[in-house]
Amino acid sequence: MSRLDVKKTYKLYVGGKFPRSESGRSYPAVGGDGEVLARMARASRKDLRDAVRVARSALDGWAGATGYNRGQVLYRVAETLEDRKDTFVEQLTMTGANRQAARREVAAGIDRMVWYAGWADKFVQILGNLNPVAGPFFNISVPEPTGVVGIVAPEAPALLGLISRLAPVLVPGNTTVVLASERHPMPAITLAEALHSSDVPPGVVNILTGRKDELIGVLADHMDVNAVDAGGAAGDQLTRIQQGAVHNVKRVVTMNGPTQSPYLIAAFTETKTVWHPKGL
Amino acid sequence: MTLATAHASVLPDRVTTATLRSFLRSVPSVDEVGAAERVAALSTRSIKRESKRAALDLMIRMMDLTTLEGKDTPGRIAQLAAKAIRPDPTQPSIPSVAAVCVYPNMVPYAVGATEGSGVRVASVATYFPSGLADIRLKLEEAKMVVAAGADEVDMVIDRGAFLAGDYFRVFDEVRRVKEACGDAHLKVILETGELATLDNVRRASLLAMAAGADFIKTSTGKVTPAATLPVTLVMLEAIRDFFDATGVMVGMKPAGGIRTSKEAMRYLVVLNETLGEPWMTPDRFRFGASSLLNDVLMQIRWLETGRYASPDYFTKD
Repeated sequence: MSRLDVKKTYKLYVGGKFPRSESGRSYPAVGGDGEVLARMARASRKDLRDAVRVARSALDGWAGATGYNRGQVLYRVAETLEDRKDTFVEQLTMTGANRQAARREVAAGIDRMVWYAGWADKFVQILGNLNPVAGPFFNISVPEPTGVVGIVAPEAPALLGLISRLAPVLVPGNTTVVLASERHPMPAITLAEALHSSDVPPGVVNILTGRKDELIGVLADHMDVNAVDAGGAAGDQLTRIQQGAVHNVKRVVTMNGPTQSPYLIAAFTETKTVWHPKGL
Repeated sequence: MTLATAHASVLPDRVTTATLRSFLRSVPSVDEVGAAERVAALSTRSIKRESKRAALDLMIRMMDLTTLEGKDTPGRIAQLAAKAIRPDPTQPSIPSVAAVCVYPNMVPYAVGATEGSGVRVASVATYFPSGLADIRLKLEEAKMVVAAGADEVDMVIDRGAFLAGDYFRVFDEVRRVKEACGDAHLKVILETGELATLDNVRRASLLAMAAGADFIKTSTGKVTPAATLPVTLVMLEAIRDFFDATGVMVGMKPAGGIRTSKEAMRYLVVLNETLGEPWMTPDRFRFGASSLLNDVLMQIRWLETGRYASPDYFTKD
């Protein structure tokens, strides 16, 4: 007798839990040849509000952890991703990538996580500075996390794109609310499961699936979001983010493409400068 | 001791240890599961946008903005009073809160800072939060805060005596503190978190009201659990029964642990469904809270701008 497959329900990832959308809505994730692969939760503005709230309350703990500790946690994420390599390859193949390319994308994503994990206890030394000043003072600048960061993940590549935008935001101690790829949301929720079973504290990463056009405005307008990574925003969406950002002068980061660079870390930090008298 | 006639229909004619005990033991038991289901059902009620805005304003007008910390200073009281009078300086249309609630030593500063604003000054008294002191000291403290200008006195009952069955002592203390308060309003804190059962909550409510409380209040805020919806429902029902028997309208003040306007909204729904319109006023219902105010202000800001607000844009005290 043939067996009926048990289909998985993909839910949101908010505050270390996997809730359905409070609205009860869902939408289909469609494969390369048009068949429905799974139904995804379609987040509402209230889900986004809740996600921002938990991200804010997780901020002190994550930003207050030592860089060394954050590096260890991110490395642990890479380890867990490695464990789920085959699942990711399977999902990327279902959404139309050929198997060879899917394998390369997953490997690149895991390597990128390791690369950024290494930066966690080093970026302050590189981006910070002892500034020369005309007086008897030490003048020291250090980068500190910007706060709660909204990430509009690129539509594709669904996994590598997300990791490439997520990792540099986490390195300095920001917490995040991610709007996952709308077309290919499955890898994002599988990534959430990997994050959940590694040591990332609840609320540090929150992942919402749904219609970007519906959520981007709410994210951009939210007064408790300090920065938005608009790397995955299309033309009109970027305009909308910039319009919303004026109300609390959000940092809008538009650096494009899944690259790896310490300057992507720098983009999500604020520089604090302290003066300390010499000779005391 | 004989009771005023209004209260005679609730309590036995002659109040003694024995008659109080037999009266309170004859009070019907509270259905805990039913209370929980009733508040759960009321909690899901949806409130439409216009009503929500009206309710948010009402919450502010019903609020006893509270600071009861060992580190309170005159400066902090001044800040709190300024916030009580004008909760959001960018929006003068938002009303003042009902009262500020402070420790006895802070009363003179609170009185000075709220003068002429219509914001009342409430003070905790009777050796808050434990209430474990000699009755003479408690009376002295109550008289002192009233003399210093407090409009309202929040007293605590002696929970140890209540739980030991010494109801007469509790009754007598409330009655004498009420006398000592003179014209000042008396709120009686039952500290329901220490009373353990809803039956006890109901008994303590009736006891406090019969002894002359103007308000009954759930908690000091120093014990968890503090205010909960089932406890509030039971107290409101006790108020209703007391009103039916005597015609005296006693007020209610849930305090402690109410931090979001969403929660506060549920209390208003329960209040409206239990006691109705006559109690939907700051004269008969108060929220004892410190962090609730900012959440209400953030909700109002959201309703007006369409943008979710951030605590960064509101003063902390």
